[in-house]
Amino acid sequence: MKIREDGATKWFRLIAYTVVIVGSILCILPFILIVSASLSSNASILQNGYSIFPTDFSLEGYKVIFQVPDELFRAYGVTTFVTIVGTSLGLLLMTMAGYVLQRKDFKYRNLFSFLIYFTTLFGGGLVPYYMLITNYLDFTNKMSALIWPSLMTPFLIILMRSFISSAVPDEVVESAKIDGANDFLIYYRIVLPLAIPGLATVGLFLALHYWNDWFSSAMYINDAANYQLQFYLYNIINTSAFLSNIGAGAGIVLADGVPTESMKMAMAIVVTGPILLLYPFIQRYFVKGLTIGAVKG
Amino acid sequence: MLKKKGVLRELYTNRILFLMLVPTLLYFLINNYLPMIGIYYAFVQFDFNTSLFQMDFVGLKNFEFLWKSGKLTELTINTVGYNVAFILLVNFLSIAVAVLLSEVKGKWFKKITQSALFLPYFVSFVILSVIVFNLFNYEQGVLNTVLQQLGGEPVDVYSKPKLWIVFIILFFLWKNFGYSMVIYLASITGISEEYYEAAKIDGANIFERAWHITVPMLKNTFAILLLFALGSIMKGQFDLFYQMVGNNGLLFSTTDILDTYVYRSLRVTFDMGMATAAGVYQSIFGFTLIMVVNTIIRKINKDYALF
Repeated sequence: MKIREDGATKWFRLIAYTVVIVGSILCILPFILIVSASLSSNASILQNGYSIFPTDFSLEGYKVIFQVPDELFRAYGVTTFVTIVGTSLGLLLMTMAGYVLQRKDFKYRNLFSFLIYFTTLFGGGLVPYYMLITNYLDFTNKMSALIWPSLMTPFLIILMRSFISSAVPDEVVESAKIDGANDFLIYYRIVLPLAIPGLATVGLFLALHYWNDWFSSAMYINDAANYQLQFYLYNIINTSAFLSNIGAGAGIVLADGVPTESMKMAMAIVVTGPILLLYPFIQRYFVKGLTIGAVKG
Repeated sequence: MLKKKGVLRELYTNRILFLMLVPTLLYFLINNYLPMIGIYYAFVQFDFNTSLFQMDFVGLKNFEFLWKSGKLTELTINTVGYNVAFILLVNFLSIAVAVLLSEVKGKWFKKITQSALFLPYFVSFVILSVIVFNLFNYEQGVLNTVLQQLGGEPVDVYSKPKLWIVFIILFFLWKNFGYSMVIYLASITGISEEYYEAAKIDGANIFERAWHITVPMLKNTFAILLLFALGSIMKGQFDLFYQMVGNNGLLFSTTDILDTYVYRSLRVTFDMGMATAAGVYQSIFGFTLIMVVNTIIRKINKDYALF
């Protein structure tokens, strides 16, 4: 009996470690290729392709980016502003909604939950939405066009509701009510502090979405000064592909010798870096904050 | 009348709660319900200079054009096909890895691998396109570098549409499986130790415990993830397809989905009539599909119905 148990456990562990380690490597490998390429000279990339270690160490990619940093910094500014404002506002609205929708004494909680969920099943499509943002709300070229579309999602509201429902016992809310606290005070003083893991998790998802958004810029922004960071990067990638194609087609080396490959990679690092720094602060709440329940309840 | 009074009284008693919910309800009203009126755009001759109800009514002409483009079947098959593959594979993979990861010992090892598996979720789709180009580009791509080192011929991946079915599914998994894996992991953490202890006493080994306790306990999490995934079965993953394939027409036969088609009609070819008609088709077809599936499931077993 004992021997069989040990044997099975050993096999299970072996499979588990193998899968987890191989999976982790596959997830990290592309990053290593990018970091390595960003630290290589452009010539060595063109000659040897991408590799795990930089073949010819060079910082030229980073130097090019920071030679004319104005546009980059402006795009950083736009994305940082949109991420901070959007995440804060979204979290405020979604915690309030989540709290109300899980209160058992709020009679229409299931109806409202369903009305929110229903929007994932049916919608007007992209064109009416485009007209709403540009013609009716008049958000074209404004920060609001970048913040508004991603402010809340039904999934995150349901996530928040499930989390609050499991983290805040009904008795606590009831006894606070008996003590004469009103519903907003209960939310502010009791629910929010208990919901920190949920706030951290939903906040991370929301912040990631804003940080990585390029679509809103592509749709609603014509003025390059208001481009988000990712869309700025998108344009650089496509322009440099364009430039190197012209160069190759004409059989000439570009006159100004812009190191397109290493520059693109350096750019990718500079654009992703800041949002990765957020993770260590969130990590201890992360798995704890992901309680998920039904749409109804 | 009496019923209305009841509604009002309820809203008055819970007025603070209701007020806290109002901004969210307004948001969804404006952001999601209001554009539904815009479905009417699909039935008019689009004109930028006038308002919606002043445009000329053309009946089903836009839909006729859409149908005559001959793309509709291909787009529908691609969209639904990819989504079904995504839903099945991502859930299978993330449940499997979550179950395995939950049995891994060592606090730091667990923390580091869990972070590594979640890392791709941090990457924007723009960066994903950089990675894809790094791997597959003809001259310096990793794939061709490796192939040549092994003595093979380089492959021009960008002219082989069939290959992209595999690539798109692989990159979807790479980027998104960490997200649902962490959600499943959270549910596993919530399973009471007592079940496992009892099973151990009964002589169940670790495989049996995982299969008979952990996996069934994830049913609710799977159901809710499925609920949201099915909701967007006709949409979904625009970023992935657009960033991986872009406007590369050579690959459209296997990689064009309704979302990318609508986007191109709106922003590249400026064919508003086609774009709205395709959008409406997408919404209605998707909604009908979900309703049919739900009715069937409800008939078979009520507990598994979505709503």
